[in-house]
Amino acid sequence: MSYIHEIEGLDIAWCPGCGNFAIRKALMAALEDLEVPPQKLVIASGIGQAPKMPHYLRCNCFNGLHGRALPVATAIKACNRGLTVIAEGGDGDMYGEGGNHFIHCLRRNPDVVHLVHNNMVYGLTKGQASPTSMRGFQTPVQTEGVILEPFNPIAVAVALDASFVARSFAGHGDHLKAMIMEAARHRGYALVDIFQPCVSFNRVNDYKWFEEHTYRLEEGYDPTDRQAAFAKAMETERMPLGVIYRNADRKTFEELQPAWEDDSRPLYERETDMEELGKLVESFRG
Amino acid sequence: MAREGKDARTKDLNVVICGEAGQGIKTVESLLASLLRASGLYVFSTKEYMSRVRGGSNSTDLRLSSGPVECPVERVDLLVALGPQALAHMAGRSGDGTAVIASPDSLEKGGEGFPGKTFPVAIGEMAEDAGRKVYSNTVAAGVVAGAFGLDLQRCLEEVGSSFEDMGEEDRKGNLTAFESGFRAGDDLDLDLSVPAPEEGSGDELLLNGAQAVGLGAIAGGMRFMCSYPMSPSTGVLAFLAGQARRFGLVVEQAEDEISAVNMGLGAWYTGARSMVTTSGGGLALMSEGISLAGMVETPLVLHVAQRPGPATGLPTRTGQEDLDLVLGAGHGEFPVAVLAPGSLEQAFSLAARAFWLAEKHQVPVFVVTDQSIMDSYYPASGLDLDGVSTQRFLVDAGEDYRRYSLGGGPPSPMAVPGSGPGLVCLDSDEHDESGHITEDLDLRVRMVDKRLGKFAGLAEDALEPELVGDGGVMVVCWGSSRNACIEAVERLEMEDVSVMHLPQLYPLHDSVAELLEEADSVITVEGNATGQMGRLLGDLAGISPDHEVLRYDGLPFRADTLAEKLRKAIEGGRG
Repeated sequence: MSYIHEIEGLDIAWCPGCGNFAIRKALMAALEDLEVPPQKLVIASGIGQAPKMPHYLRCNCFNGLHGRALPVATAIKACNRGLTVIAEGGDGDMYGEGGNHFIHCLRRNPDVVHLVHNNMVYGLTKGQASPTSMRGFQTPVQTEGVILEPFNPIAVAVALDASFVARSFAGHGDHLKAMIMEAARHRGYALVDIFQPCVSFNRVNDYKWFEEHTYRLEEGYDPTDRQAAFAKAMETERMPLGVIYRNADRKTFEELQPAWEDDSRPLYERETDMEELGKLVESFRG
Repeated sequence: MAREGKDARTKDLNVVICGEAGQGIKTVESLLASLLRASGLYVFSTKEYMSRVRGGSNSTDLRLSSGPVECPVERVDLLVALGPQALAHMAGRSGDGTAVIASPDSLEKGGEGFPGKTFPVAIGEMAEDAGRKVYSNTVAAGVVAGAFGLDLQRCLEEVGSSFEDMGEEDRKGNLTAFESGFRAGDDLDLDLSVPAPEEGSGDELLLNGAQAVGLGAIAGGMRFMCSYPMSPSTGVLAFLAGQARRFGLVVEQAEDEISAVNMGLGAWYTGARSMVTTSGGGLALMSEGISLAGMVETPLVLHVAQRPGPATGLPTRTGQEDLDLVLGAGHGEFPVAVLAPGSLEQAFSLAARAFWLAEKHQVPVFVVTDQSIMDSYYPASGLDLDGVSTQRFLVDAGEDYRRYSLGGGPPSPMAVPGSGPGLVCLDSDEHDESGHITEDLDLRVRMVDKRLGKFAGLAEDALEPELVGDGGVMVVCWGSSRNACIEAVERLEMEDVSVMHLPQLYPLHDSVAELLEEADSVITVEGNATGQMGRLLGDLAGISPDHEVLRYDGLPFRADTLAEKLRKAIEGGRG
């Protein structure tokens, strides 16, 4: 079958067996069920293998600089609320180079879906450690193994009261599709951290490893309980998959802008009130 | 003691109030400026201050004149020193003609050897008598108002309303403090009259450069602004934040300059005109984003308020050191435009024009100012709202829309996402016509040529240089040096000297080279140590200056001392 957002006959740059293929399929399936027309969808991305996603889908795209997709996505949504905005990239892009933007995006809470392909390694630059690489992971640069504590995006997101925090796994297509759909339907910032096996540069965290080190959140788990979410975020031996935390009470960045209070038109359709400006200028007169 | 002003027709006086950070110099400045303006005088005010919240020595210049004045002078006619340190700080600018008002205590500690005539006034004691020592600034304002022989009742009304928001005790205390100061000033034998102009200055707009740039941005159709605070550019961010509700703007303080520039591009990608405001250090952080603007051909306006560097430099002072930075910002090759307003009117009109220029040519446009423009107030005759173009350059995304089409242009027509059935794709990688990654090297060359091809249109839209006078000796300047150069040349009273101000440095208007070639000699005036504009004239116009007048101590050019430097350069050249 083919999807509305699918482009046929692509020369895709990902390695055979890469987790990104499954993420692409889940994303297309989710977008189709969400009935987001390609013209109203913008995917902002950075640099790496994951950020190539918008080139492989029918959508508007802003494939910008390494680490900078979140500021771009935030501004796009703030200027045109009629667009569905996704920021997509890998763990190095979003948690390393763009780490400061990640932190502040959680505080800002734009209505943006944040998809992070987390493969615990740098793929495009051929196998160096990423912020989420495990201690001891050996690479051409970390020759004796990683000595840094891994970055825990789920814990950081819960700590900053992110409005939606989920985790999924590329190996579980239906679960991933469901998480993307929940994230898109959520009003406000929504993180989906996606475990994505890198078949070329990470021989440790492969499909089997992720199967063995993850589990689905139990029925009855309450994602609005922040303390419980913290406890889940701290589980690193076997990591939970599902919606870990949700705070539906937070207003979005756009909702808090005076510019959107009484006017639903995208900003580019609005004109400067030159008469009002004339009055403002006159207020400076002697 | 009125002095001859910038020409024989006007008289002016330069009053300087100096004290520690935290002593309320700013309150004295705004109060006195407002009182003196109400008496019909023209007032130019500017400040120099240290990068600290308490202590040190800060000063404010109030230049009063019977005619328009738009730049500072070095000379100090009346100094109000709030403490012994202030005397030391101002000694270099003071001379025999300087009258100094200070408390007896300050004069005892710091007055020895101070040039000029001293007038002891027990400022601190009067403040204490009025209730609190912190009213010293208000006493000082009263002393100056009294010395000028202003109308006490009118002053008290103004003082009362300016302290309206305070508690009753403080408001009354300040009124008492002002009145004691006023009476003490009235008793001094200072003869400070400046003849009121025939036509009062009351009708002009009184604003500073930050406000002028901000008003220009609104006029230019700005809808989104994101920046990280950095002196001296923050005034623009603060001003626009204050106007967000009234004009439906989205104004956000970013976590860093990198975020700011990327947000700016995200905004204009949706068609919302956007601007960032920063200083040199922030611009350095933005430079990858500027390169991105060059590659994805998304317009952006960058306001750069310069201060001295390198690195943190002198954070609160002025300079013109970042022309090279602006011209070189961003890796790779792509066209940009650089505008440099020299007056408040230009700060408005060039800021507005920047948005039109950026969208028309799909390039980053820099508006380069500095601390002296940002922080100086003077009456502006008017802002040219009618001269602002509201033309837009966006198309709808049709069925087969391709953002980087090679047919027609450059630039390729710009559509925004959601504007039609087509898709709008941008890529920081080299890309094909539809905006997707390519490594087709022939296509790469065509894309580079298309991007650089925008330069021709930019050159057609370049602003002509401003000329004042028609003498063969040309004093060439850019940005904030403009007003000081114009007044300095007037002071020289030499018929063969003229001023050329460049409101646009890149691309340079064709006539610049022609005019400079015809000049008898060229003297450049800039606020940096290496003559950056002079080098640019060499590169773009094939002209090297005969003399350079450079100032890089963190202070602005002042008309009187600049005139003397120009005289030496001209006479030396003739020698």
